[in-house]
Amino acid sequence: MPGFDFSNYNRNAALHAQGVPLPKATSTGTTIVGCIYDGGVVIAADTRATSGPIVADKNCEKLHYITPNIWCAGAGTAADTEFTTALISSNLELHALSTGRKPRVVTCMTMLKQHLFRYQGHIGAYLVVAGVDPTGYHLFTVHAHGSTDKLPYVTMGSGSLAAMSVFETQWTKKLTKDDAVKLCSDAIQAGIFNDLGSGSNVDVCVITDEKTTLMRNYITPNVREQKQRNYRFKRGTTAVLNEKIITREEISKYVTVHELDDPSVSAAAEKMDVDS
Amino acid sequence: MQPTTGMLGEDGIHVDMDHLKKGEVNLGTSIMAINFKDGVILGADSRTTTGAYIANRVTDKLTQVHDTIWCCRSGSAADTQAVADIVHYYLGMYGITNDEPPTTQTAAAIFQDLCYDNKDQLSAGIIIAGYDHRHGGQVYSIPLGGSLHKQPYAIGGSGSTYIYGYCDANWREGMTEQEGINFVKGALQEAIKWDGSSGGVIRMVVLTAKGAIRHLYLPDNGYTGPGTYQA
Repeated sequence: MPGFDFSNYNRNAALHAQGVPLPKATSTGTTIVGCIYDGGVVIAADTRATSGPIVADKNCEKLHYITPNIWCAGAGTAADTEFTTALISSNLELHALSTGRKPRVVTCMTMLKQHLFRYQGHIGAYLVVAGVDPTGYHLFTVHAHGSTDKLPYVTMGSGSLAAMSVFETQWTKKLTKDDAVKLCSDAIQAGIFNDLGSGSNVDVCVITDEKTTLMRNYITPNVREQKQRNYRFKRGTTAVLNEKIITREEISKYVTVHELDDPSVSAAAEKMDVDS
Repeated sequence: MQPTTGMLGEDGIHVDMDHLKKGEVNLGTSIMAINFKDGVILGADSRTTTGAYIANRVTDKLTQVHDTIWCCRSGSAADTQAVADIVHYYLGMYGITNDEPPTTQTAAAIFQDLCYDNKDQLSAGIIIAGYDHRHGGQVYSIPLGGSLHKQPYAIGGSGSTYIYGYCDANWREGMTEQEGINFVKGALQEAIKWDGSSGGVIRMVVLTAKGAIRHLYLPDNGYTGPGTYQA
């Protein structure tokens, strides 16, 4: 049977009653926005993922692919936005193949709302659905409980209030593509700077009749500065009290040692970013 | 022993109105529908809220379920949209299989079926109004428990409590279209004025033998216009 397995629900309820805390889900305490202009539709998102007060990912992707002409911005539980968009993307591809038509944005929205309604809000996905299809440009919001709205400009997530204040003061009926991109990125920046749950960079996706352009890290207002001082200790800071060299012959008594033929292959672990 | 969960209160009789799921989108609403000489008029405000935040200030709570059968939605946005979508589907099938449009009563009965059978899981207060050639204009109301009431006019949502007096004092049988519009507009203006959960624009739909006509009245000009447009 496809779908979700609730067999652990009772176990979790019993554990919770005994005082065992629930595991923390990574939530995209987020700012996501969308805006229609004549000629297409733009969606944008910040790139901060949080787990309680911890920033879990400084540069995550909240713009999800559905079809080439339909994209989603996701807020709420990161895993739920990721998997619901992937599921609907898959079903919509099969639907397009079986009907021989281009998928429509309303179809995507309806599939999302019916899926989310069935799970009564337990799937914590809050989505902005945007796209272009043969019937025109469309923009929707879908809430976790399954309600939907259709508006010319939308915001969602914890930074939605900051972002909406930008739209409510700057939005006009006639917008060019550049205007819409600017408006959306300004709204996201309002979220990044004024909402604790949002931060880092701005991702933007522009969908027009001709093509879809994903602009990953369109604006990076939070680049890490070079540290003003270097705290690394100089070689020789620690006194050497004694030195002992273990030869390969000695170590082969305990482990097998192989010579590597290819000099490019090294046994070193993947290089890690270290503050310098 | 009484169950400790569910919708019923401690006395096991009264329904707990505050059982909306946490963070759910709510239609804290003012809705109404009336009969008039040539048909029915539906009216609603346009505010949807999540807690204290207005999630949508230009919501359309007047939903079409067939050509000249519409409904006003109040309660949970998700629940009422789901119910209206299902009824829309049923009535579409009914119209095709019977080669004849459904009556308003049929639509109301389908709404009642869904609302009564799933009463424990739904928070939906719906008013159904429609025009059919057999019965003319009709108004039905389905409150929270899932009962069905045929009424000359119906009001609903959180804002309706403020306008029982207004409606009772100003209601007349067999009003003209303009009188009906003024009655609905006057009532909803009062509801919006006194109810914090209602607001925004006033939307209306007039259903007659001629079909459905949409109306819009903005707060910018004291709800005087722009007025009609074709749905």
